Amino acid sequence: MIDRRPWLTVLSHAVMLIGVLIVAFPLYLAFIASTHTTQEIVQAPMPLLPGNNMWESYKAALFGSGKLGSNTTVAHMMWVSFVTAMVITVGKIAISLLSAFAIVFFRFRFKMLCFWAIFVTLMLPVEVRILPTYKVVADLGMLNSYAGLTLPLIASATATFLFRQFFLTVPDELVEAARMDGAGPMRFFWDVLVPLSKTSIAALFVIQFIYGWNQYLWPLLMTTSEDMYPVVIGIKRMVAGGGDAAIDWNVAMATAILAMLPPTFVVVLMQKWFVKGLVDTEK
Amino acid sequence: MASITLRDIVKRYGIGPKANEVIHGVNAEIQDHEFVVIVGPSGCGKSTLLRMVAGLEEVTGGEILIGNKVVNNLEPAKRDIAMVFQNYALYPHMSVFDNMAYGLKIAKVPKDEIKTRVDKAAKILELGQLLERKPRELSGGQRQRVAMGRAIVRQPQVFLFDEPLSNLDAKLRAQTRLEIQKLHRELGITSLFVTHDQVEAMTLAQRMIVMNGGHMEQFGTPEEVYHQPSSVFVASFIGSPPMNLLRHAPGARPGTLLGVRPEHLDVGTDGWEVTVDTVELLGAERLIYARLDGEPLIVRVEEGTLAPRPGDRLHVAPRENRLHWFNADTGKRI
Repeated sequence: MIDRRPWLTVLSHAVMLIGVLIVAFPLYLAFIASTHTTQEIVQAPMPLLPGNNMWESYKAALFGSGKLGSNTTVAHMMWVSFVTAMVITVGKIAISLLSAFAIVFFRFRFKMLCFWAIFVTLMLPVEVRILPTYKVVADLGMLNSYAGLTLPLIASATATFLFRQFFLTVPDELVEAARMDGAGPMRFFWDVLVPLSKTSIAALFVIQFIYGWNQYLWPLLMTTSEDMYPVVIGIKRMVAGGGDAAIDWNVAMATAILAMLPPTFVVVLMQKWFVKGLVDTEK
Repeated sequence: MASITLRDIVKRYGIGPKANEVIHGVNAEIQDHEFVVIVGPSGCGKSTLLRMVAGLEEVTGGEILIGNKVVNNLEPAKRDIAMVFQNYALYPHMSVFDNMAYGLKIAKVPKDEIKTRVDKAAKILELGQLLERKPRELSGGQRQRVAMGRAIVRQPQVFLFDEPLSNLDAKLRAQTRLEIQKLHRELGITSLFVTHDQVEAMTLAQRMIVMNGGHMEQFGTPEEVYHQPSSVFVASFIGSPPMNLLRHAPGARPGTLLGVRPEHLDVGTDGWEVTVDTVELLGAERLIYARLDGEPLIVRVEEGTLAPRPGDRLHVAPRENRLHWFNADTGKRI
């Protein structure tokens, strides 16, 4: 790190380039595949330059139905994914903000117990509690619904913890000044805490949106009706079964590219805020 | 405008036998329009006392009256007071204008009224150009003025200051001290000002409360506190360098302490014979650290007079009317 030797620079750049290639090549391949017809893709060697079937592939993916392994369009699946991701994200942020607010600024019995109860759930991954969760959701009749898709994923120990750490840095005098100004707890929350946490909120928004968008296992278990499939499951169903020949690779790849777009958008749009939220705290 | 009355104020943290009592019954009557400074070393309970008046700490025992109304159980916002904090406690995400207007907005004061009040306060404090700025774009002195502006716009009955000058540099502190005095002259609002700095206390106070270890040692004008300190603690806390306290002074009765301030000792041909240890030049004056029969003694002389050297023997005479006698056991003035 301290040495500045030319060959080290070359080496480090080479390593980075190789890394980028490894990550980017499959994406490139997916994009190329989405611009050809299935017949062209299954030929060996597969073409590595864009074809001229792009429009048809994407149209088939977005609006076509029937032969794609499910009867719904990708447009609809993306809508389901989007709603799920948004509800999870907004819900997580809202609940975490409120619970961190309670834990940091109020004195009540068993406060530490509450904090640890929340904190301990960090140690339990979704997979561990997936069967009981399924049972609860099924008994509540929430299978195949947005509520069932989102509610079990909304509680977040990570986000609560993050907001707690941030709230702890808010000086006591600020809280007291708000009290002197006559601001009640919720007023203080909305007028002071939320504006101060907006960078953390932005960072969490990015992380949680991608988390919500990429949910696979949970929707797989609890959706049986095709019109509740998120796009991630849609892709899986398009490439499953029937052998190579029966799969519309161009449409599947177009779907994959489409599925990547919303998270990319969120990251690009909120990048500035995201970095700010992780790096500095405005005080 | 209002007076403040403190009746047997007690503050205890915790309950039962393990409770930790930090203020042991303070009684004081602060007149309408008066500027009172609470001064004491750190940990003496002065800030706690102020915070109880503000309503930020619960009162364990006794009564606080603001304008003849018991306020023990009133929320801070309902006490008709305003407070300036040590770190100013400005809302970082709000502009200067919004910082000053926030309390009024919550109190549902009409918009144009808010605007007039904030503009007026900004004019008094020369903040007119800064109303759109965020606190982080201001200097320490400007932030301090915004904090005062926030207090002024509420037009309260009482101002509370919690060491508001301790984050400023020396020059700005002196300047702000004058501004606060001017402000008090103009607005005439009853003020309670907490500080650990005796210079601030002496210069600002109309009357001052000297606190030590949760007790009120003395409550009086700066002159009274300086000329007739009620206890050894007050005598040594107020004044710089501190008062000399001699146990074995010539002519002293047993069980008494003789206090005499360094500036009330004259070097001459008669009086006590002392040995010089060190001499410090402070500019306009010289401090002579000496010993009288083994007891340390500080003498303050003007810079123009002869400078003694360490080891010299001098004669110093205390001014008869400036002697203070204290009971050596209780520390009280005799």
